Amino acid sequence: MLWKHYHTPSTVQEALELLRSYQGRARVVAGGTDLLLDIRFGNVQAPEALIDITRIDKLHQLEADETVLYVGAGVTHAQIARSELVRSRAACLAEGCGVVGGPQVRNVATLGGNVAHALPAADGTTALTALDAEAEVVLDGERQWLPLRELYQGPGQSLLDHGRDLLLRFRVPLCGANEGSAFSRIMRPQGVALPILGGAAWVRLDESGAHYQDVRVCIGPVAKTPTRATAVEEVLRGQLVDDSALERAVSVALETLHPRTSKYRATKAYRREMIAVILRRILPRAVQRARSSAAVPQVRA
Amino acid sequence: MSKLQLTVNGKSYEVDVPESRMLAEVLRQDLGLTGTKIGCEEAECGLCTVLVNGTPVTSCVYPAFRAQGAEIVTIEGLSEPAPAAEADPMTELKLHPLQKAFIEHGAVQCGFCTPGVIMTAKALLDEDPNPDEDAIKAALKDTLCRCTGYNSIINAVKSAASELRGEGPIPWGGVDAQLPPLKVVGHSVPPQEVVDKVTGHAKYADDYVFEGMLFGRTLRAAYPHARIKRIDTSKANALPGVHAVLTHEDIPGDNIHGLIYDDWPVLAAEKVRYMGDPVAIVAADTEEIAAEALGLIEVDYEPLPVVSGPLQAAQPDAPIVHEEWKGGNLLKHIKVRHGDIERGFAEADVIVEREYHTPTTDHAFMEPECSLAVPAGYDAEHPKLTVYVGSQIPYEDRRQIARALALPEDQVRVRGTLIGGGFGGKEDIAGQIHAALLAQATGRPVKMRYTRQESLLFHPKRHATVIRVKAGATRDGQLTAVQAELYGDGGAYASLSDKVMTRATTHATGPYAVPNAKVDCYVMYTNNPPSGAFRGFGVTQSAFAVEQTMDILAQELGIDPVDFRRDNALRVGATTVTGQVLRESVGLLETIKRVARDMNRGDPESFLWGWREGNKAYGWGFACAYKNTGLGGGAPDRATAEVEVFPNSTAEVRISSADMGQGLSVVLAQVAAEELGLPPERVHVLLSDTDLTPDGGPTTASRQTYMSGNAARYAADAVRQALATVAAEHLGVAPDALVFAEGQVRANGSAVPLGQVVEWMRAQGQDAKVRYTYDAPKTQPLGTGGDMHFAFSFATQAAFVEVDLETGEVRVLRIIAASDVGRAINPKMLEGQVEGGIVMGMGNCLTEEFIMEEGVPWSTFLARYRVPHITQTPKITSHIVESPTAEGPFGAKGVGELTSINPSPAIANAVYHATGVRVYRIPIDQDALLRAIKGGKKEVHATWHDVK
Repeated sequence: MLWKHYHTPSTVQEALELLRSYQGRARVVAGGTDLLLDIRFGNVQAPEALIDITRIDKLHQLEADETVLYVGAGVTHAQIARSELVRSRAACLAEGCGVVGGPQVRNVATLGGNVAHALPAADGTTALTALDAEAEVVLDGERQWLPLRELYQGPGQSLLDHGRDLLLRFRVPLCGANEGSAFSRIMRPQGVALPILGGAAWVRLDESGAHYQDVRVCIGPVAKTPTRATAVEEVLRGQLVDDSALERAVSVALETLHPRTSKYRATKAYRREMIAVILRRILPRAVQRARSSAAVPQVRA
Repeated sequence: MSKLQLTVNGKSYEVDVPESRMLAEVLRQDLGLTGTKIGCEEAECGLCTVLVNGTPVTSCVYPAFRAQGAEIVTIEGLSEPAPAAEADPMTELKLHPLQKAFIEHGAVQCGFCTPGVIMTAKALLDEDPNPDEDAIKAALKDTLCRCTGYNSIINAVKSAASELRGEGPIPWGGVDAQLPPLKVVGHSVPPQEVVDKVTGHAKYADDYVFEGMLFGRTLRAAYPHARIKRIDTSKANALPGVHAVLTHEDIPGDNIHGLIYDDWPVLAAEKVRYMGDPVAIVAADTEEIAAEALGLIEVDYEPLPVVSGPLQAAQPDAPIVHEEWKGGNLLKHIKVRHGDIERGFAEADVIVEREYHTPTTDHAFMEPECSLAVPAGYDAEHPKLTVYVGSQIPYEDRRQIARALALPEDQVRVRGTLIGGGFGGKEDIAGQIHAALLAQATGRPVKMRYTRQESLLFHPKRHATVIRVKAGATRDGQLTAVQAELYGDGGAYASLSDKVMTRATTHATGPYAVPNAKVDCYVMYTNNPPSGAFRGFGVTQSAFAVEQTMDILAQELGIDPVDFRRDNALRVGATTVTGQVLRESVGLLETIKRVARDMNRGDPESFLWGWREGNKAYGWGFACAYKNTGLGGGAPDRATAEVEVFPNSTAEVRISSADMGQGLSVVLAQVAAEELGLPPERVHVLLSDTDLTPDGGPTTASRQTYMSGNAARYAADAVRQALATVAAEHLGVAPDALVFAEGQVRANGSAVPLGQVVEWMRAQGQDAKVRYTYDAPKTQPLGTGGDMHFAFSFATQAAFVEVDLETGEVRVLRIIAASDVGRAINPKMLEGQVEGGIVMGMGNCLTEEFIMEEGVPWSTFLARYRVPHITQTPKITSHIVESPTAEGPFGAKGVGELTSINPSPAIANAVYHATGVRVYRIPIDQDALLRAIKGGKKEVHATWHDVK
C-alpha cells in the first residue's frame, strides 16, 4: 500500500506542523528518488502521509555571501552542478553532484535527501565532507547547526527522525584565494550504479602556492559513515607541493584506510588500488584550482 | 481522492485522483495520454520522461501532486495539427524537427523508448541549440534504447538541432550496399507505423483500455525449488474489489504449455521449480487491490534442495528438477561428429585447449510483457475470446491458450499489438493464458501488465554456458580439428533450449572449414529461470569461445589472426561440420576483406594490434561469425501470406509475423510493392491477427525477411498474374506485354489504374486476392548430413578498445563491421539492425549479467541489470556485403541476430592485444583485469559475479 496523503507545505513552519499532526505517521520527502522506490518495493513501510519539502521557497535556494554557500535541503543536484558559483568556488561539490544518475534524476534528486538517506559514500556527501560542511536541522523541535558527520549514525542510519525532524540547509565554506577542491570516482558498468570508490579533496596553499597549508580529504566507502582521511591530511600539511608529497600521501592512505570487499562491487585489493588512483587524480587538480583561484568570479550574494 | 490541476500540452485539466498517484499514471490512465511509456518504475530507463515546467523528469517516480498547477509537455504536445501544405504526407500533423529527424535517421525501431528519448532530447535542445556529441550523450545518459545502438539517435538529435537553428536538417548518411536498387526494393522506405511511434500515438498492449476492465496480478513462487503442500485463497477472495483468484485447480484444460516440450505448468500444482513460477492469479478492480490480494494468498511449501547450475545438475547425486523426465536433469545431449577427430589432432602441429564461461543474460526489451484478454461475447467487437498481446508467435499463443482453456482454437483470437522489443524474449507464453483464464472467469476484460521487476524475474533468458574448446592446426595454418564440450544452463523449463543449444553446438567450430570435429553439448535442467531464445540463439556463446581460441591458435602458430581466418574461412564449395556443402551465397571472405582493409588502413605491414600510451592501452580485436536463416534441422519451415489489391489501387499484405522493431512490415510492403508495381506507401501491411491474417510462423531464427518475405512476394506475384490475365483480356494484348508500374497497368502506350483492373476482376465475381504458402527448401536433421539450413549469413567485425591501466576500465571506441545479408531490402532498417545488434553484443561482453544465488535472482531490478547506455556506444562503421541467396526474396537472407554475435569475442581479443591479458569469462571485470595486469598474470577467469 502506498501513502494516503501528499502534502506540499510552502513554509518550514507548516511542514513541522504537519509532521507533528501525524505523530510519526508521516515522512519527509524531498526528491524522492530513493525514498519513493524504497516504499514501492517494500523496503520502507509506506507512511500515512508524505510531506514534500521541495515547494518550500527557502529550501530550494542556493544562496551565498562572501565566504559561505548555503544549499537548501530541497536544492537539486542539477542546480548545484550547473551553478557558476559552485563550479568555481566549491568545485568538488559541483563535480560530485554532476555525476549522480542521469539528467532526469539530477533534476529531482536533492543533496538534502542524499544526506538524509545517510549513504556512506554518496558523491555529494563525499564532497560536502571534504568541504567541511555543516547542516542546519530542526532536531526534536530545536533549530541548530551540526557538523555533517553528526547526522550519520551508520549506513542508512540518520540522526534525523524523518517523521519528526527536518534538514533545512547546508553551510559550505567557499574556496577563497589559494584554495581549491576536486572530486573523482570510480564506477563499473555492471550492477548498481554506486561508486566503487569516490574521493574529494580540498586544499589551501600558502601565498606562493608552493606548500600545502591545509588539506581535507574524504575517500569512501572505507567506513560506515563519510570519514575524513585525517592521517593523509596530516602528512600533507606544510609540505612542498610535489610528487613525493603526493606519493607519501598515497602510502599513508594505503596504511590507514581500510576498504572492504563488497559483493558485486569490488574487491578490497581493487579498492586499495583505487585509493591511490583517486588521490593522484584529485590532489593535483585541487592544487591547480587553488593556484588559479584569482580567477574566481565575484560573489553575487 | 483529491483535486489535481495540471496544464498538459497547453490544455488545462482537473482530475480527482488518489494522492498516491505518480505523474505517469495520471497522464496515462486519467488523461488517456498513453504516449508516455512506463519501462521500469525505478527511474533507470527514462522512457517516461516528460517536461515539468520545462524540466525533464521521469514521470513514473514523480508524485503527481508535486506537479500541482504545473505546465507539463508530453510527446503528444510536440506535433500539432497542420495546414495541409505543412503537414507530413504520412499524417495530418506538423511534426517537430526532432520527430522528423528520428524518422529520417532511422532512430526509431520498436518505438517504445522513442517518446522518452525525444522528450529528453527536446529538453536538451531547448537549453543548448548546438550540442556537440558529448552534450547529446550527457543529456541522454539515462534514457535507454535497446534497439538502435544509439548512433542513429545521436545523428537525429544533431539534425534536429541544425534544423531548429535554421540551418536545415542533416540528411541520413546511407550505407554502402552494392547491388543496384530495384524500383522499391533496395530503398529506405519509412515503415508504416513510424509516424505514430514518434508522435506517441502508437499503441502497445498496455495502451489498450476497455470498459469494465479488471487488472490481473500473479503470485510467484517463494522458493526456487519446493513442493506445494497447500494453497488457500479464501482471504484473497474475500478482499473487496477482488473478482477472481485462480489456482491450478481452476484450469479448464491442460495445465501445461511449452514451445517444443510440454513441461511448463500454466499454474504450479505439485512443485515450483524457479522463483518465477506462477502459483495463483488474481483479477481485481485496480492493480493495487490485486497486489494486496496476492499478499493474502497462503501457500505452504516444503523447500527442496536447489539445483543452481548446469555442472551441479550433471552430478549423479543432484536433486531432480523434473521427476517425470526420463533423462534426469539432462534435457538434451547434442552431438556433432565430423571426420575423424583423433586423426585430426594427430595431424596438427599445434593444439590449444581453453575453457570459457558466458553469463545468463536478459533481453531487457524496453516494453515489459502485457496481455489483455476480452471474454467471448463481451461486446460486438469480441464475439470470441480475444487476447491482445505483443507476441513473436501469435498462432502458438492461440494454440496454447486454447489448450489450457479447453477451447477449440478457432474460438480464440490473438490480436497482435505493436511490440516494444522482443529479441527472442517474447516467444514463450507470458501472461496470455493467465489473462484469458481471468477474463473467462470474471466475464470482464483483464489486463495483465508485468512490472519490469516481474519481467526480469519471470521470463526466459540467454543460456549461461561453460565451453571447453580444443583446436589444432598444421604449422602452415590449416585447421585440422576442433573439439568442444558445452554445458548449458537450461533453467527450470525447456522453452527453446533444445534448438538454442543445438545452434550453439553446430556453430561451435566457427565459420571455418574444419575437416574433423567433435562437439558435445549438455543442456541441463536447473532451478534458475528458464533459458530460451535470445538474439544469437546459442551462437553468441559458442562464438565467444571459438573466436578467442582461433586467435590463440593463430598466435601459437605465429600467423596473423586475419590471415589465419581467411585461410580457413568457409567459402563456396566448403563443407560445414554438420556435413552441409555450401553451394552459394557465402560472403565471409568479402566481409573479412572489408573489415581488415578499414582496420589496417590498407597497410598491414605497419599495422599494430596493440600499444600503450601513458596510462592507457589500446588494442584491436577481430572476430568472424555466421548464423543460419530459418528453423532448419529438418523442421518444416513455412509461412503463409495473403495479398489483396483494392479498387483504389492500394494493396494489403496480411500475415501473422511479428514486427518487434526490426522493420518487417516495411520489408513486406516493399517486396509486395515491387511485384505489384505500386508505390510502397500504397501497400498496407496487417500483421498478427489470427482471425484476419494467415500464419507466418515464429519470428525467430532471423527468418522473417526470407520466409514471410517470400510468402508475401509470391502471393503478390500470383495476384499480379491474375490481374494481368484480366487486364490482357480487356486491353486486348498478351499478358506478357503488360507492365505494372507506379500503380498502373500499361500496354502499348496506354495505361489504366491498377484499381480499374481490380474492378474488372470483381465484375467477373473474383477478388484480387491470393493466399500463398511458402515452404522453405527442405532441411536435414542434425546428424544426417546434407543441408541442415537453407541459408547462412556471415559477418566480420573488428573492435578497437581502450583499457585504462590505472583502473582496468574497458571502453569500446570503435567497431568496424561487414555483414553479408544477401540483399539489403531496406538499407536504413538494415543499418539499424546492424548497429543495434553490435551494441547489444557489446552489452553481452561488458555490462550484462543476470545473477542468481542458489536459484534466487539478484538481478530483478533494472538498476541491477545494466544494458549499454548512450555514453558507452562506440563509433560504428558498417559495410554491407550482398552475396545473394537464390531462393531468398530478391536474394535476401537473415540479419536480425548476426551482428550481435561478433562483438563479445572481438572485444575480448582486443583487450588481449591491448593488455596481454586474456579474458575467459564475461562480462569483463575491470577489478580482475586490473589485478591481472598489475600482477603480471596472463589470464582472467573471474568476473564481477565472483566479487563476494
